[in-house]
Amino acid sequence: MALKDKDVFVGPLTLNNPVTVQVLGICSALAVTAQLVPALVMGLSVTIITALSNVVISLLRKGIPNRIRIIVQLVVVASMVTIVSEVLKAFAYDVAMTLSVYIGLIITNCILMGRLEAFAMQNSPWQSFLDGVGNGLGYAKILVIVAFFRELLGSGKLLGFQVIPDCVYEWGYANNGLMLMPPMALIIVACIIWYERAHNKDLQEK
Amino acid sequence: MSSLRDFIDKVKPQFEEGGKYSKLRSTFGAFETFLFAPNTVNKGGVHVRDAVDLKRTISCVILALIPALLFGIYNTGYQHFRMLGQLDTVSFGDIVLEGIIAVFPILVVSYVVGLGIEFAVAQMRGHEVNEGFLATGMIIPMVMPADVPLWLVAVATAFAVIFGKEVFGGTGMNIWNPALVARAFLFFAYPTKMSGDQVWYYGFDAAKEAGQVADGFSGATALALNGQGDASIFNFYNEFIGLIPGSIGETSALCCLIGAVILLLTGVASWKTMFSVFVGGALMGYVFNLTGACEICWCEQLVIGGFAFGAVFMATDPVTSCRTEKGKYIYGFLIGAMAVIIRVLNPGYPEGMMLAILLMNTFAPVIDYCFVQANISRRKNRVKNNK
Repeated sequence: MALKDKDVFVGPLTLNNPVTVQVLGICSALAVTAQLVPALVMGLSVTIITALSNVVISLLRKGIPNRIRIIVQLVVVASMVTIVSEVLKAFAYDVAMTLSVYIGLIITNCILMGRLEAFAMQNSPWQSFLDGVGNGLGYAKILVIVAFFRELLGSGKLLGFQVIPDCVYEWGYANNGLMLMPPMALIIVACIIWYERAHNKDLQEK
Repeated sequence: MSSLRDFIDKVKPQFEEGGKYSKLRSTFGAFETFLFAPNTVNKGGVHVRDAVDLKRTISCVILALIPALLFGIYNTGYQHFRMLGQLDTVSFGDIVLEGIIAVFPILVVSYVVGLGIEFAVAQMRGHEVNEGFLATGMIIPMVMPADVPLWLVAVATAFAVIFGKEVFGGTGMNIWNPALVARAFLFFAYPTKMSGDQVWYYGFDAAKEAGQVADGFSGATALALNGQGDASIFNFYNEFIGLIPGSIGETSALCCLIGAVILLLTGVASWKTMFSVFVGGALMGYVFNLTGACEICWCEQLVIGGFAFGAVFMATDPVTSCRTEKGKYIYGFLIGAMAVIIRVLNPGYPEGMMLAILLMNTFAPVIDYCFVQANISRRKNRVKNNK
């Protein structure tokens, strides 16, 4: 394995971003990004779960029979998701309610299954950990950017605090209701992809 | 005229390859061909010779829109004074002047923002500037309520031109009608500014604060009232002529019909689409009226709201409608039928025409695909059976 630790960690944050380059995990990116707080929590949860299940699967990788590997991976992810979900319910009940089923649905998040299959099954635990953290943060990065614009333009707030002053509303400014609906998240993700491709020669198709 | 020509010829070299302003070549080209017919002709072998180019097509559309726009200006002023209860005291000139004050800024904002983006994109891509936006820029103000804030017009136009048109490759490549994308964007993003009882009257808020709104005035549109409105305003004659509240250019079915005649005579729009939209709307309106789901009679369905305007100017948009001749019947029929279904069955969306056209724009390629495939397999069978 000639992969360098640094590439494993930085790749998913930039040139190999799971959301904007591999276009994985879009459904949750649309569903939880109407406000910044749930997006942050969701990004953090996915980072922790991806990193930990990557490590576990990487440790077990030589002992897992090839034919039932998906089931083994699912069991590991499901236990991680249950732990995170319980922790959230105990310490951040409001956010857990906002995220509702989407925490549970991390089990089926394409990014997780993809990393377990494509990376953790072939690489050492330390590199798998870095890969998991990198991919989780790459996902969280996009979620936060999308949620930033959606909360700012959709409700005039950031992290729940009003940032657009009242006097602007008195001049006739109004919040963009479309920003609170999922279609606008899709358009913002598309704009991020557009921007990244325009500025990165490596991402452009010939 | 000739001095203008001389001036253009004089500055032209600066805009050509290697000239001082060669980067602004497409902007210059757009203005030159706007002012004078280009004298370049095809050099290779061309098979179809036709005087109708994009510029002439768009000019016909604009010509056809003018009656509806002029009436829209009058009606905006008329509704403004109806709101104030001053219809008996104001003259025709006052009404037109008030209408111009309301409509003209919207028209200017739409053109400036839209053309600005079109020119910028053409420069960036090194394309020629297309004329397509000249029609879109005129339709956008006509599908807006009279009291819409100007910054919203700017935002919606920018959104429609960038995401409705340029990301697909510009004029002729878009999936949805850009003017309707602009309206749909505002409708979902700023519902309070786009629907309700007050947005149809220019200066409503100011008049309300000053206490000038006439006693007993209700601003609801014919669609929102669902056939229950004051019969002195909402009778068939007024609805046909267009003296009812609504978006600026769409109230008058009469002016839409004049536009339809122009479009059909010049061969710009397809009669098949237009006709089948009306058939679809009339049929669904009849069915709903018969079953008692809706009190509006079928002939009224065709003249209130944006039905006539959408059928004439938007459903027939050659870029976003069906290309196959048989497909046009189905495409049009479904637009008319869907528009009435949405109107009647979803009280949250009193205006169904916009959503119906956008929906069928999405499905137009599928309809075309089915007819093309059917034709291919029929001809294949014929070859097989003749062997």
